[in-house]
Amino acid sequence: MGATALGIQLAYVISAALFIFGLKLLGSADTARKGNLLSAVGMLLAIVAALLDQGIVEFQWIMAGMLLGGVIGAGAARLVQMTSMPEMVALFNGFGGMASLLVGAAALGAGDNNTFILITIVLSILIGGLTFTGSLVAYGKLSERIGSGAVTFRGQQVVNSLLVMAILGSAVMFCLQPENSQWLYAIIALSLLFGVMAVIPIGGADMPVVISLLNSYSGLAACAAGFAIHNNILIVAGSLVGASGIILTQIMCKAMNRSLSNVLFSGFGGVTSSETVVEGEIKPISVEDAFYILEAASSVVIVPGYGMAVAQAQHVVKEFALLLEKNGCEVNFGIHPVAGRMPGHMNVLLAEADVPYDQLLEMDEVNPRMENVDVAIVIGANDVVNPAAREVESSPIYGMPVINVDKARTVFVLKRSMASGFAGIENPLFYKENTRMLFGDAKESIAGLVRELS
Amino acid sequence: MDAVFLTFILMLSIFLGFELIYKVPATLHTPLMSGANAISGITVVGAIGLAGTGQHDIAQWLGAGAVALATINVVGGYMVTDRMLAMFKKRGK
Repeated sequence: MGATALGIQLAYVISAALFIFGLKLLGSADTARKGNLLSAVGMLLAIVAALLDQGIVEFQWIMAGMLLGGVIGAGAARLVQMTSMPEMVALFNGFGGMASLLVGAAALGAGDNNTFILITIVLSILIGGLTFTGSLVAYGKLSERIGSGAVTFRGQQVVNSLLVMAILGSAVMFCLQPENSQWLYAIIALSLLFGVMAVIPIGGADMPVVISLLNSYSGLAACAAGFAIHNNILIVAGSLVGASGIILTQIMCKAMNRSLSNVLFSGFGGVTSSETVVEGEIKPISVEDAFYILEAASSVVIVPGYGMAVAQAQHVVKEFALLLEKNGCEVNFGIHPVAGRMPGHMNVLLAEADVPYDQLLEMDEVNPRMENVDVAIVIGANDVVNPAAREVESSPIYGMPVINVDKARTVFVLKRSMASGFAGIENPLFYKENTRMLFGDAKESIAGLVRELS
Repeated sequence: MDAVFLTFILMLSIFLGFELIYKVPATLHTPLMSGANAISGITVVGAIGLAGTGQHDIAQWLGAGAVALATINVVGGYMVTDRMLAMFKKRGK
């Protein structure tokens, strides 16, 4: 190993350390920004080291690619709206997957192809390809360019099983006859098709799981590409990302009380009808009456859902919270893990509206103190506050952990109409003795309360 | 032997990844995901080697395409993560 080659390998070691340390610092909101910066420095170091490789004789195409990618990436990062963050992460995941597919395919021409290398090439093409098209479908569903519902058809399982067998067959043939490029093309085409087939049966409400999973795949694809070209840093960085995606996937599944296979194969999130007998009556409340109750309250918990973001109400909600605090009231936000369209999405939306992060409480933190809360205000959330998850065994969401707003002394539910939530499940919360419905556009209602309070 | 060595690295970094990520609070999951996404752009390192061979064959064009795509991931991922994290503020600041 020459001095340059050794230097490059050492630089990779340092950048791996920077990635690890950066991720560690991401564990706390105080240090997270520094962590991200460290990780970026690690990436820069790895790229510079890669450019020093003596095998590189021509720089113009590298520079052209980096310039093009850099401009697109920077532009997207600056312009994207925080509500559209899930779409953008999905799209970026897809690009990462495609890059790994290309690297895997290009590695085939790099010579010395033993069976192990060939298998890793197949894996990087397969995972990269399905990440690419899977992410594009997820992007389409999230941005509502295509219908966000689950697409299911008769014989879907059969088609998918055939597809998996075709992929396995092509992979074996490719490893046996690597010089015969038709197997390579077959694997590429099949993996792209597989990505589409894997994501279309998953409904819009399950998208947080899908994004987490695709995030994991994009890391695993990089990892496989690392094996294909014998590069340690790709393996280390790729598997870190792979692990993080798997953990987030697991957290999301747990928050919905569903297994991963149930999310991936059941086509839930479409129409689920259930006959829950709900007793009690709906008690509407006016903005004025809500104000009188809030004025006397000393502790308020706000539970936002994606409906708040859709109504663009987060800024006025922040103003509302400030006024309540001025009135001597303690205000907290209770955030359910699957509120929003990706893990932690609601926190980002509220942070954008300048809500301090120590006011954002996780479900496990907010539930024990719910009995001492005077008013719980539900804004644009439905299923994540549904007490049926605790009480009604026949409910499709039975067992899902929810925020127990019904245990607060009074609950206000801000809602446009009586339509059911994303999952189409009846919500007994609306009929509870201590629940008051504040009908209308969430933004307007909160703005009305702000006017009363100020 | 090489394969065993690389698999060894893989095993250790997956365990390390689990340990690191479990400690990240839910508040930071979106920045974590976009930051991890930027890290998965590490493929650019592999792509650079392939795009600079000077052989003007298909592998080089594939490599150049991969450089562009992975750079979108890297630059976009880190920038948007920073933009998000800059918004997270503590009470009273």
